[in-house]
Amino acid sequence: MAGKKNKATRPKTKVPSASADVPGEVRISRRSFLGKLWLVIGGVALLEYLAIALDFVRPRRTRRDGENDTIVIAGPIERFEPDTVTAFPEGGFYLARLENGGFLALSRKCTHLGCTVPWNADEGSFVCPCHASAFDITGDVLDPPAPRALDLYPVRIENRIVKVDTRQVKKRRSFDPTQVTYA
Amino acid sequence: MSDLKKTESQSGLLRRFWHSVFRGPVYPRDDSDRKLIVLSHLLLHFRPVRLPAKNLRYTHTWGLGGMSMTLFFVLAATGVLLMFVYEPSPGYAYDSIANLQTNLLFGKLIRNIHYWSANLLIVLVTFHLIRVYLTGAYYPPRQFNWVLGLLLLFCVLVSNFTGYLMPWDQLSYWAITIVTGMMGYAPFIGEWLQDVVRGGTEIGSTTLVNFYATHTTVMPALIIVLMMFHFWRIRKAGGVVIPRSPGEEKEEKPEQALTLPHLLLREFSVALVLIAFVMVLSVVFDAPLGEAANPGMSPNPAKAPWYFLGFQELLIHFDPLFAVVIIPLLGALGLFFIPYIRYEKDTSGIFMMSREGRRLGLVAALTALFITPVFIVADEYWIDWDAWMRGVSPVVSNGVLPATILGAALTGYCAFLKRRYSASNNEVVQFVFVLLSVAFVILTITEIWFRGPRMALVWPWSL
Ligand code: HEM
Ligand code: FES
Repeated sequence: MAGKKNKATRPKTKVPSASADVPGEVRISRRSFLGKLWLVIGGVALLEYLAIALDFVRPRRTRRDGENDTIVIAGPIERFEPDTVTAFPEGGFYLARLENGGFLALSRKCTHLGCTVPWNADEGSFVCPCHASAFDITGDVLDPPAPRALDLYPVRIENRIVKVDTRQVKKRRSFDPTQVTYA
Repeated sequence: MSDLKKTESQSGLLRRFWHSVFRGPVYPRDDSDRKLIVLSHLLLHFRPVRLPAKNLRYTHTWGLGGMSMTLFFVLAATGVLLMFVYEPSPGYAYDSIANLQTNLLFGKLIRNIHYWSANLLIVLVTFHLIRVYLTGAYYPPRQFNWVLGLLLLFCVLVSNFTGYLMPWDQLSYWAITIVTGMMGYAPFIGEWLQDVVRGGTEIGSTTLVNFYATHTTVMPALIIVLMMFHFWRIRKAGGVVIPRSPGEEKEEKPEQALTLPHLLLREFSVALVLIAFVMVLSVVFDAPLGEAANPGMSPNPAKAPWYFLGFQELLIHFDPLFAVVIIPLLGALGLFFIPYIRYEKDTSGIFMMSREGRRLGLVAALTALFITPVFIVADEYWIDWDAWMRGVSPVVSNGVLPATILGAALTGYCAFLKRRYSASNNEVVQFVFVLLSVAFVILTITEIWFRGPRMALVWPWSL
């Protein structure tokens, strides 16, 4: 019975308002307009919550600053022989000095699925233990499945000291000579 | 106002308290007591008082949904215990698990139970999906419950995946690396998705916190809500689908049986046997705990959790865009649309639709059983699209081209079946469902047991 009583006391949304009987004029009653407004407001609140949630799970930069995302001072250039590769495990990169004396800072993350690639000095290449991708000293792909050359970090040489900026990583398709930094 | 009943005013305090909690009968003497019990108890009133007698047959549902729910509660009970000793930060996670295993009373057993229940849950939910499909329990009014089931499957997978990282050992660290690496291949949103899941560019403390919160709060809450919704829809549909044999019409007034004792007794025994099984498994086999995670040293080979290995195997054969984006997406969409395809017949309750359907299903299974390994081996040793088509983008040579060939072959085969055996839409869809499911299982098995160092094909005994 409660249902019926409700219907009697609460007018349906279609009840015409005073001015709705003007012929040809379609009007939304105030009640149904307000009802829809509530829905919209509720929807907006939900979206806001979702947006905030995304921001909560996304990169928390302030947290990361203290970790390893800073400028790594690799050392004086004399420390690195041409045609050698030096690992910087804390920075997560390799400093490669090419035969012509130029420097490249290569990310150690395989571009296939992200395993850590070790440098194999005997073969002069990086070989990924996970699915056997191989890269040369410039980071170029020797063997797939890796789709791209190893990522780079910007290298700067100030007062003959090599510095690597590990805050931003540069993706690239393959090696080209403009990527190399010289003293 | 009427006077209070005698039991409520004049009996002893304990008795009155007891009757305030259990207002109906507790120990039933006859059927009307049994009906009253089901109606008046909080936990039992979710169930109907009676159900179609045919639905009691164990081999109709295999109790798979009920077993999944049982495992969920086992997981909740053991998970809460684990939360008291586990520390979700890279410096402590591994040690807290190691400590749990060596120093806590039954610590190892509790962890093993959690581990085995979680893995078994994936298996049982998958079997449940297959049973629901094969008994045709997705026609109206059960369409949307199929979708709710898919959401539950998704939540179960996410729960398992996020749990996988918790021990922070080599196995978990690199498995999560591989899977988040796969996400990176999604066009446009790949990198963003990767960042959201990892909570940054690296797998580190933020990743662990994200996973921990998802694993211990978000997913259990979602699963509980979805489960209640799922069960409510079963009742609204008049219980699970009633089994019938091919050619048999739906009964107007099926014979009924009382839930108490018939259904509850069966459910209770199945749950007990299941728990005993998990117990034995957990006493005999330990959950793995390898070396602590070392971001500088990848193991060879590195594999995703076993339930994602079918996709990792696809990755060996297809361009990443196809292996981890297009094919899984098509698979998910296909599953989603199963109840909404336009069918000619309503075969609900008939195992594999009809005699023709059973025969075609068998053909599909055998075809997949034969073709999938042949393709895997052929692709390993002979097929090399890249080398045959130098200069062509690998997305085309390793993706569009093979995918189109396979898709065309499957479509042609279906058209042939439709013509030759005048198969209905129902039967053709079931054919595809069986074929692709079996193929996926074979891909998964290959990647689990037949892929060794550098992902080369090997025999399981030389792994
Ligand atoms: C955590 C995961 C799940 C739980 C706990 C669960 C639980 C249940 C239970 C207890 C039943 C009653 C019948 C039975 O025991 O077989 C059921 C039926 C059903 N489930 Fe699930 N389920 C889950 C996942 C799924 C999935 C993945 C699907 C498919 C996509 C699905 C679709 C259905 C449908 C359509 C029914 C009605 C079956 C019928 O009428 O015969 N469920 N589920
Ligand atoms: S992650 Fe390096 S080859 Fe797959």
